[in-house]
Amino acid sequence: MKNRSLISINDYSKEEILQVLDLAGDFEQNPSRDILNGKVIATLFFEPSTRTRLSFESAVNRLGGKIIGFSDSSSSSATKGETLKDTIKTVSNYSDLIVMRHPIEGSARYASEVSTVPIVNAGDGANQHPTQTLLDLYSIRKTQGKLENLNLFIVGDLKYGRTVHSLLMAMAHFNATFYFISPKELKIPTEYKMYLDQHNLKYSEHSDFKDIIGEADIIYMTRVQKERFSDPIDYEKTKNAYVLKNSMLENSRSNMKVLHPLPRVNEISTDVDDSEKAYYFTQALNGVYTRQAIISLILGLDN
Amino acid sequence: MAKDVKKLKVSAIRNGTVIDHIPAANLFSVINILGLDHIDNQITFGTNLESGKLGSKAIVKISDKFFVDEEINRIALAAPQAKLNIIRNYKVEEKKEVIVPDGFSGIVKCVNPKCITNNDDVKQKFRVISKKEVSLKCHYCEKITDQEHMVFI
Repeated sequence: MKNRSLISINDYSKEEILQVLDLAGDFEQNPSRDILNGKVIATLFFEPSTRTRLSFESAVNRLGGKIIGFSDSSSSSATKGETLKDTIKTVSNYSDLIVMRHPIEGSARYASEVSTVPIVNAGDGANQHPTQTLLDLYSIRKTQGKLENLNLFIVGDLKYGRTVHSLLMAMAHFNATFYFISPKELKIPTEYKMYLDQHNLKYSEHSDFKDIIGEADIIYMTRVQKERFSDPIDYEKTKNAYVLKNSMLENSRSNMKVLHPLPRVNEISTDVDDSEKAYYFTQALNGVYTRQAIISLILGLDN
Repeated sequence: MAKDVKKLKVSAIRNGTVIDHIPAANLFSVINILGLDHIDNQITFGTNLESGKLGSKAIVKISDKFFVDEEINRIALAAPQAKLNIIRNYKVEEKKEVIVPDGFSGIVKCVNPKCITNNDDVKQKFRVISKKEVSLKCHYCEKITDQEHMVFI
């Protein structure tokens, strides 16, 4: 992983994924270490994402590194017409690693080809967000004690949700069984079902999950976004089918945990927050440890 | 008799390459991909010819031009069933078929309007993930462009 960019979850093998998770576990035990002393990390956020940016910046600060960058493109030379290539080539002179969020899909891969320092993709449009996937895996392993042979319920926007697609591909390494729960307009795309078929993995599609919740080890909730629906009436009909309430968790397994990449809107009722099965805020904290692990492995500072 | 009529439609060449079984709709894409509009060789072509296999086909004859495999295989996206006849002294010396390569660059557009290749000065690059019904995965945005949605540059 040393000096290699992280653009897509597929850039890491199963062994490399496990290496990140193990190291994240070390950082959870001892989060503040001065191993980035003298290193400069650039965070280039061409579109705002406060949560992801703060998580990365917290990780760098806990490692003793310095941060440069911008938090939206209006405060960068992109507004003056500077190309992405020029921005990346320039900033790679100023930093040891670049964390980049950009609305255009494939921009992170392209940046990694023109940069002289490694790039960590912090989200490129609806394409990839690999550090989110790694923190999801860390959270799943931590709550279940393993990654293998789990029943994973994925609920909400399965068509456009990039976290869903990356998580699916990563969990394919671990023989997961997938339960896809979505409105018909937002079903999991055929190409991902083909991917699971090719890897001989089990999956089923559902429009509701109240009756099968007892099968779940993990419920991964995502936002159903109103703007994805061509017909607003369809949205009104389906939006409440995907609101997780505390009462629905009664018949769930004792090991079951609820995850969500956040931010949530109304898909998890606030009465779930106090349940021991709610894990989404700790999941966000796990993002800091996971990003500490990724940055130190890429910079070769994991010792 | 029918064979004789067909022969007359596009005149014979002494030496060079005949590319047959090009889908008529993709003739100009094939010409473009091979850069035939920029070379000095004598070129004759016929299009909208009857074809049992394709319904309507095109044929291109290029005098004194012999392609290397890598060069000719680039037309596989536009003419996957194309057949090549290598002609020397008016005789077919060799027959070849095009083979779909493992990757392509700068021939088709990525189907994803939000892809960097459709928004910035970045050359398209694909990995072929299916060769039978050709389907391409974008190196940058990872979206799949299938045969039905291919737009040639």
